[in-house]
Amino acid sequence: MKYLILLSFLLLTACGTDPVSGHSTVAGIDYPTLWFMVVGAVFTGYGILDGFDLGAGAWHLFFRKEKSRRIALNAVGPVWDGNEVWLVIGGGTLFAGFPVVYGSLFSAMYIPLMLFLFMLIFRAISIEFRSKEPMKWWRQMWDVSYSFSSTMLAFLLGVVLGNVLLGMPLDDNYEFTGSWLSFLNPFAILVGFTTLALFMMHGAIYLSMKTEDKLFTKVNHLLQRSIIAFIILFIITTLYTLLYIPHMSDGVKDNVALFGVPVLAILAIANIPRQISKRNYLKAFVFSSITVGLLLITVAIELYPTIILDTSGAGNSITVYNGVASDKSISIMLIFVAIGGPLAVGYTAFVYKTFWGKVQLDEHSY
Amino acid sequence: MDVEILARIQFAFTIAFHYIYPPLSIGLGLLMVIMEGLYLRTGNKVYENMTRFWTRIFALTFGIGVATGIVMEFEFGTNWATYSRYVGDIFGSALAAEGIFAFALESGFLGILLFGWNRVSSRVHFISTIGVFLGSMFSAVWITVANSWQQTPTGYKIVGEGIQAKAEIVDFWAMVFNPSSVDRLTHVWIGAFLAGAFLVLSVHAYYLLRGRYVDLSRKAFKIALAVATVFSLSQLFTGHRSAEYVAEHQPAKLAAMEGHFDAEGPADMYIMGWVDKESQTTTGIKVPGGLGFLLEQDFDAPVTGLNAFPEEDRPGQVNAVFQFYHLMVAIGMTLIGLTLLACFYWWRGTLFEQRWLLWAFVFAVVLPQMANQFGWYAAEMGRQPWVVYGLLRTSDALSNVVTANQVLFSLIGFTIIYVILLALFLYLLNKKIKHGPYDESDIDDRPLQENIARVAGDQI
Repeated sequence: MKYLILLSFLLLTACGTDPVSGHSTVAGIDYPTLWFMVVGAVFTGYGILDGFDLGAGAWHLFFRKEKSRRIALNAVGPVWDGNEVWLVIGGGTLFAGFPVVYGSLFSAMYIPLMLFLFMLIFRAISIEFRSKEPMKWWRQMWDVSYSFSSTMLAFLLGVVLGNVLLGMPLDDNYEFTGSWLSFLNPFAILVGFTTLALFMMHGAIYLSMKTEDKLFTKVNHLLQRSIIAFIILFIITTLYTLLYIPHMSDGVKDNVALFGVPVLAILAIANIPRQISKRNYLKAFVFSSITVGLLLITVAIELYPTIILDTSGAGNSITVYNGVASDKSISIMLIFVAIGGPLAVGYTAFVYKTFWGKVQLDEHSY
Repeated sequence: MDVEILARIQFAFTIAFHYIYPPLSIGLGLLMVIMEGLYLRTGNKVYENMTRFWTRIFALTFGIGVATGIVMEFEFGTNWATYSRYVGDIFGSALAAEGIFAFALESGFLGILLFGWNRVSSRVHFISTIGVFLGSMFSAVWITVANSWQQTPTGYKIVGEGIQAKAEIVDFWAMVFNPSSVDRLTHVWIGAFLAGAFLVLSVHAYYLLRGRYVDLSRKAFKIALAVATVFSLSQLFTGHRSAEYVAEHQPAKLAAMEGHFDAEGPADMYIMGWVDKESQTTTGIKVPGGLGFLLEQDFDAPVTGLNAFPEEDRPGQVNAVFQFYHLMVAIGMTLIGLTLLACFYWWRGTLFEQRWLLWAFVFAVVLPQMANQFGWYAAEMGRQPWVVYGLLRTSDALSNVVTANQVLFSLIGFTIIYVILLALFLYLLNKKIKHGPYDESDIDDRPLQENIARVAGDQI
């Protein structure tokens, strides 16, 4: 309690106003930047948590036996819905804090996002409906739907991320001026596949923690392959970015200290096969989570302070400063996050603790 | 068709479909808390079976509710970008609060509610059930606050001009407690309790008529009947309060609800009727001056009519608003009648002999759903042509870069998916109901005492 009082006192004294931008600050960080960090943290949480669900889902059809599929499904059964909440919170924090980004980006990415929503519905109902009938065709149908939608979700997330990295042509109302089909460009597709490979690796490590015996051996075999696939795709994406999208490396060039983040990401990636060879799957999972986190943080650093770069050359980029909500709104939401954030992390931790260990099927399982 | 019509159809369709499920989650949540609470208190296995059975049905409604709910959050950005930029400060923060405070609670504990029976103590399980229920209640809070702000905006200021204009929060609590939020929230909550209670009533009435799970169904029916009676009566008050706020803050909507055209003068209250917008006449069964009496307790009190507003500021579909509003009220009255009648027979001790009444309850499950839907149609169509009342027109709120073909694509997609979803939902719901709370053939294998308790329970 005494620490809490001390902490709130410190936070209060740390509040101020930035003399240049006029925005309020906490510990010298202005509100737009702070909220950018919050939105980034929520999407990072989403990437780590739903990342392994989607990855596990993408592998689903590789498991042939009914029991294996049930175990794989029940490994994510009690947690996938809680993980998806991070996407809902991410959407809400983006809408509230950066309404200009939310409106412009979502309307520009209309088709991929609609496909994303369709897939999200199919994933949810596949998990829910599969176990409700014993017929072979019924289960096979939902298995295909589950695996396809999980794969597409991971891919589409990457495609949208790729487009955010590239930027898009905007007019002076920050409205997208490109073609609706331009979301399908080679770079975005490459990022889509890289994201899929990353999530499949992440999901396979998660499944390694949750499975036993033959299924475990199978998962392990798939895991080895997915690590190789991810590393190859990661190298291609990095080279492509450095060679063809110079604006993406500017953020790191401007501030050499930030160079450490991508380096740490690469170290984390290197640690994954090492932990797996030591059969320490929990540590491997921690490192793959760190990898997802650091890669997204690298993206955030490279973007900041721009969120959506205007590629038309007219200088209409949406930044954290021109796309942000009012300081009043941010200050209220920071309080929400300060109260609700620890609670949300608490429930998540409690659920994971309850379902810790290898999957055991009982009458309540899917 | 133009993009505005298509976007409106898509939004209306996706939200109306979504809204079948959240009221069931909230209402069943309440019933599950009561059932599981009774189980913990009495230790009676019947209540445990009841709770487990409704948890399985809850899982089905909740799953579809989540899947169709995320669509709504994305649609503001994809289809209503101008609106999103305009209200981000306010509507966005309510949505963010919903995610942080409500969904995290709800979805976090859902896993334990559904799969944790054998993994946590019964007390922790009960806490999880309460957590899920409270999460769904909080969710309704933030969504209703956000929508109520659109109906009666307060606590904001407008900055910028033209397409760059936006509303910024000035006073957070004034925004949350805007003039309509409390009355509408209680109205929404109670509507949800009724939807849940009538589903429970319907299923158990069906079992009783078929002579299945008799003891369990009698107990469950009584629990749900108590809930349904209390809330169908209290809905009268929240409904009345809502009408008062509409009269004060959205007079054009009230005029449309009652088909009242004269700019001034006393207004009649219709029991049922038909509005002809062209000839500005409303015909039907009415209480002359009744509207003035309802609002001001004076039959001669003047009520602002539609003609007091310029044509472009009035709801376009006057008759539809009128009909939806009146159907909602009529259904509300029917629910009161049904529940009071059932309570009368309960008091006389002959409730379960009234087979016709049980049959009525089997089919009454659709009534609260219809009332919830129609109430929202009246509220949202009555707000037109504004998306934010008096501030932003629906026609100005669109995404400028999205084309009609894109919306048509997604609308067709949603239509196909939702038709499949509804069919699967009804199929699986029916299957779960047919299967029942437990395997009836097991009953003789149970300990003797339980059988005695079961028989004794039948006679209560």
